[in-house]
Amino acid sequence: MNLEKVMDIKNFSFTYAGAEKPSLKKINLPVYEKKVTALIGPSGCGKSTLLRSLNRIHDLYPGNRYEGEILLKNQKTKEMENIFNYKKENELINLRQRVGMIFQKPTPFPMSIYDNIAYGLRLQGKKDKKELDERVEAALKGAALWDEVKERLKDDARGLSGGQQQRLCIARAIAVEPEVLLMDEPTSALDPISTVAIEELVTKLKDKVTIVIVTHNMQQASRISDFTAYMYLGELIEFGTTEQIFLNPKKKNTADYISGKFG
Amino acid sequence: MENIFKRLSALNATTILFLLTGIFVVLFLYAKPAIKEYGIKFLIDPRWGVSINPNKPSNNQDKAVVNQDNENIVVEEEDIGGNVPVDQEEIIQTDEEDIAINDEDALSQKSKVIYGGLIPIVGTVLSTVIAMAFAVPIAMGIAVFLSEIAPFYISKPVGVAIELLAAIPSIIYGMWGLFYFGPVVSRIFGGGSVGLLVAGLVLGIMIIPFMASLSRDSMNTTPSVLKESAYAMGATKFEVIKDVIFPYAKSGIIGSMILALGRALGETMAVAFVIGGVFKLPEKITDPSVSIPVVLANNFAESSGMSLSALFYLALILFVISFLVISFAKFYFLRDKK
Repeated sequence: MNLEKVMDIKNFSFTYAGAEKPSLKKINLPVYEKKVTALIGPSGCGKSTLLRSLNRIHDLYPGNRYEGEILLKNQKTKEMENIFNYKKENELINLRQRVGMIFQKPTPFPMSIYDNIAYGLRLQGKKDKKELDERVEAALKGAALWDEVKERLKDDARGLSGGQQQRLCIARAIAVEPEVLLMDEPTSALDPISTVAIEELVTKLKDKVTIVIVTHNMQQASRISDFTAYMYLGELIEFGTTEQIFLNPKKKNTADYISGKFG
Repeated sequence: MENIFKRLSALNATTILFLLTGIFVVLFLYAKPAIKEYGIKFLIDPRWGVSINPNKPSNNQDKAVVNQDNENIVVEEEDIGGNVPVDQEEIIQTDEEDIAINDEDALSQKSKVIYGGLIPIVGTVLSTVIAMAFAVPIAMGIAVFLSEIAPFYISKPVGVAIELLAAIPSIIYGMWGLFYFGPVVSRIFGGGSVGLLVAGLVLGIMIIPFMASLSRDSMNTTPSVLKESAYAMGATKFEVIKDVIFPYAKSGIIGSMILALGRALGETMAVAFVIGGVFKLPEKITDPSVSIPVVLANNFAESSGMSLSALFYLALILFVISFLVISFAKFYFLRDKK
């Protein structure tokens, strides 16, 4: 396998505002390009916290502290840059457009389906109607939603079903062509059929984009991911290929969690 | 038990409907003589309490301070003076107290008193428009600052302070407006220290805290995950506020404006202090004028017969204006809500 790192988490610790102890302790984790990396672990283990550090969404709330480095590959120079060196607002905006995010619950913006998808593109300053139309169509096709909504692009996005809304959010995120897509339990609020649709989408998307997915559902992790990181109480216990983690875990704690002894 | 509870709450809910219609009906009944007398022309007649002599149209005397031209009166003369038969006066006589009617009766033998609502209507609408134009942007700024920009240790105390401001009785705003704010406004914009502009601004200041705190509450209901997902798309704070928070909180924000508008339309005490109380069509916005609630408050004590009925007509108009404005705002702005 030809593996290239697109992100690299090095000695990373994270402390929430007002907390004394760090929620993440000295995490070291590579994220390989065009692969799906799953973060699993019991509730409160810090997997969402880690995911939310990757696009620095924690910066929205004052007082959170980062230590260590998270490196992101610069697509032009092919060099790894530490995302904590981004200080200006436009650098942060740039980071968030390169590292997109899907949340636990679908979050359609209060606007039409078309405008939802075009939102990120417009933020980038794209105004050309024809280009927007093409990109919106491509994103909706990419998220396997085009056939369901092409007749009603002007309708309010909040009128879609939950599963459609989540695919809309994925379309919205991939419309700006991010390098990495972060997914925070994207199917936990969805029914089984919508879940399958999202999982198929994830498998399809990894040709184009690197995906880091947090999931509570171990079957889901084993079905869709190439690599799995098992976290427990703010520490990374074990990282490896999904096959190795599920079939042949090296640590007892990992084996116990995977076999369902706790969690 | 379940049934009693359901019926009780249904009863409570219908009470409001009965009250609303009851008030409307009472206003209408009391206003009826004036409605019969002046008809729809009441809305555009700028004269209030002007006596005119049906026989000698040119010989009119002003009861209140009114400026109008004679032509106007002649036209009105033909419509009203000519058509008013004695029997209408009799209707009032039977309805109202005797002593007052005797006065009026004596008066009506040689002259007629004309009541028109144009000036108070214009005053009410203009002062409310000034108030809204002044208050809406400021209140929105406060709401945005408190809900999105200020850190918690600032937004909490400032929010409480704003809620306290909203609770200050209106008469205090009126006194402050008369003794301090009015002179300041007149120094900046010219004109007297009382007038439409001062009234509008004082009204605006009164409704700002109200609007700001309700709008802030409504903006605070935006789910943080929705804001985060906009930030995660690379939006700036301004873009998140403009594209996500405002549309999301739209119905609450408009609701707060409607409530504030209703308050401004009906505000009496604060406006009575600073509007001037003069029956005069304003030429500039700094001119003194009068608004419907002020006319009502100032004139009820010494009114009877037709003048009382005219006051009720004005009250009915205020009721209808408020009702129309608020229903229009509700249907127009919130129509696409499911």
